[in-house]
Amino acid sequence: MSGLRDAGHLFRFLGLFVIAFLVFLGVRRYVVPKTFGEYGHYRGAAIDEIAARPVKFAGHQACEQCHTDIADTKAKGAHAHVNCEACHGALAQHANDPTSMTPVKPDSAVLCARCHTASAAKPKGFPQVDPAEHSNGVPCATCHNPHSPVIGSDAGASTAPGGAK
Amino acid sequence: MKISRRHLLILLPAAAVAWKHVLAGEPEESPNYRKSDHWWGMLIDIPKCIGCGNCVRACQAENDVPDGFFRTWVERYERTDTHLETPEVISPDGGKEGFPSAAEGTGGEYFFVPKMCNHCSDSPCTQVCPVGATFVTPDGVVLIDQKYCLGCAYCVQACPYGCRYIHPTKKVADKCTLCYHRITKGLTTACCEACPTGARQLADLKDPKDPIHEFLKTHSVQVLKPQMATGAKAFYYGLDGSVR
Amino acid sequence: MSGVEGYMYPNEVTLYWSVLIVLYPYITGLVAGAFILASLVRVFKVRAVAPTYRLALLTALSFLLVAPLPLQFHLGHPERSPEMYFTPHSSSAMAMFGYVYLWYLMAVLVFEIWLDYRREIVLLSQSSKGLLRLIYKIMTLGSNNISPRSLQIDERVGWIVTLVGIPSAFLLHGYVGFIFGSIKANPWWSSPLMPVVFIFSAMVSGIAAVMLIYMATTKLRKLTIDIRCVDTIAMYMFYIFVIDFTLEMLDLVHRIYEADESFRSLNFMVHTKLYFSQIVLQIAVGTLIPLVLLFLTQVVKFAEIVRKRIYVLSSSLILISVFAMRWNVVIGGQLFSKSFLGYTTYKMDLVTKEGFLVALSLEILPLLFLWALVKLLPPWPESASHETALGH
Repeated sequence: MSGLRDAGHLFRFLGLFVIAFLVFLGVRRYVVPKTFGEYGHYRGAAIDEIAARPVKFAGHQACEQCHTDIADTKAKGAHAHVNCEACHGALAQHANDPTSMTPVKPDSAVLCARCHTASAAKPKGFPQVDPAEHSNGVPCATCHNPHSPVIGSDAGASTAPGGAK
Repeated sequence: MKISRRHLLILLPAAAVAWKHVLAGEPEESPNYRKSDHWWGMLIDIPKCIGCGNCVRACQAENDVPDGFFRTWVERYERTDTHLETPEVISPDGGKEGFPSAAEGTGGEYFFVPKMCNHCSDSPCTQVCPVGATFVTPDGVVLIDQKYCLGCAYCVQACPYGCRYIHPTKKVADKCTLCYHRITKGLTTACCEACPTGARQLADLKDPKDPIHEFLKTHSVQVLKPQMATGAKAFYYGLDGSVR
Repeated sequence: MSGVEGYMYPNEVTLYWSVLIVLYPYITGLVAGAFILASLVRVFKVRAVAPTYRLALLTALSFLLVAPLPLQFHLGHPERSPEMYFTPHSSSAMAMFGYVYLWYLMAVLVFEIWLDYRREIVLLSQSSKGLLRLIYKIMTLGSNNISPRSLQIDERVGWIVTLVGIPSAFLLHGYVGFIFGSIKANPWWSSPLMPVVFIFSAMVSGIAAVMLIYMATTKLRKLTIDIRCVDTIAMYMFYIFVIDFTLEMLDLVHRIYEADESFRSLNFMVHTKLYFSQIVLQIAVGTLIPLVLLFLTQVVKFAEIVRKRIYVLSSSLILISVFAMRWNVVIGGQLFSKSFLGYTTYKMDLVTKEGFLVALSLEILPLLFLWALVKLLPPWPESASHETALGH
């Protein structure tokens, strides 16, 4: 008995640990997010939060719903697989509410050069020219319909502003 | 993006459903999206890449990627006599504005390599996160819970591919999310959407009808740094042995 | 891109782990090393170094209290660090930190110090006045029992705590080595030797630190340094240093011999970017010179004053060398590209949160803590109570 009495201070020290542990458990229950561990060692709600981020590129299917004439022209031409927003930029806002913003027509002199400026680095079969030699500074859209760029392939179609029908 | 009429018939209704949500202005998960139905990956077709940088710009626009950091980037390799041992690589501003023209006749042979998060199934980055702020979703996408991340940068050190960074203002880890907010709505990723040549294509490895999945099963593809055994899911077609 | 040579993945150009991450293993290393020195007395009964026993424990505590600070300054969201306690990820070595730290702080260091000082604490709680009296009273945890039997129990329990404390100290510092050693993405870090090298260099640095502090404080108090004590400390320091040097050389030789895909890039980095910090500071000045000097003291009978000078010089060089080693590991591991095609530069800021001034302050702070602890719990060997605790 007296042995225990002489060890009393040790139990007090141990007591500190026990109290701290209990406080820890209590705080933990309150603080750890509810969805933690739902799918794995992470906050399950994070997945939905990330999935709920706003979309900036509408995706070509959205454009094609309204701009059917352009879509038809493009599907037959060399740019069939170039999606609308690859050139026109992110337009989900426009697709969401067409009157809320009018997309600016890209400057073909700058835009086309990005892909088609000749470079030994590009794949050999890819159509490329030296813009200065090729057109002497004349904007590409003067001769090429961007939606069906091979000259003569777009009989009847125009590069008119692609207003929805 | 190669889409046959048959696929259009499948995709349009899905797009219409997703579209309804985009129109409604409250982007939510598509009601018919089940995580267990999908296992996402990506196909990167090297011979098709022209180094235009559209993907890098589109990603930045879609995901508010801060300047100087990259969720995706494009590298340009030069084939020289010794390129397998010592490749010459450049990536000016991640390839965001394309690459300087290489003059014809200089004898150079080049190719472009888009890089991104490989969404590894055995990802070393999720292994080292001390608190569970980064994880692999049930549908195979590696994401970061930026509300939980401490910004310790351990995951950045653990990634063999250099695809992670600490966001300069949010002070948490950041990286490619495979446009999770888009693919769960039936859309494709921003980089795939913007790629003019089809060099980047989303793949759903659980969908037998996915043409990209089919391509992966019928062609020789590789992953980056296979010796790291990360279970990388960004598959490269036509990858040269010199690519680091 | 400024400061970049060759090709680096775009996100690699910035270094994410700064000088504070160099400081953290350095500090925990000093803690572990100081504790090992104390355990030489308690567990291995090396009587000769008894004069440094309490000083070593207080030194360990001072550095341990500062240890979390570099990490807090580094984190993007330090306010979220409790998450490591609430949801530690079991596959992450870093997640261990919170628990290992707390265990070592409370269940080893504070417990052992408390047990060793309990008699003084109780006496001081009765003899002091004012705020100090309150502090001592709290430290007694309400128990005034300092009967011989209770002190005997303290002695026994303290022995067990020290025994447990040795592997705990290895864990406290070894896990840091594992944090680096387990990263397969980084060939400069990835190695099973990493935790072992960290532990041995930690022991050397901690012992060197306590030796210097002992010699400095004794001089400041205008007393004579116990020459047998520092001779013994130096002997242990020498032998542990030999083991540490062997391990580091083993890593180096192994790398050079196997020459895997990373070798060319790393070799170039060591000879250029890390030339001063590794070859000059860590190896030549910080390791070879102290090794030779200490070896000489083991085989040649120098005069006391010469030995003391050698010990001071060697300990100082060792402290610099071990810091350089941490620098070379942490910073070096981020200077080269994982493509093995390029290098970047570390630009250490002066006044930012992770800059030089913060690092310097965090190096000095433990000494201030030590000063306060020494005032609160005098560790000097002359006090009779010290003998009581260790005498029998």
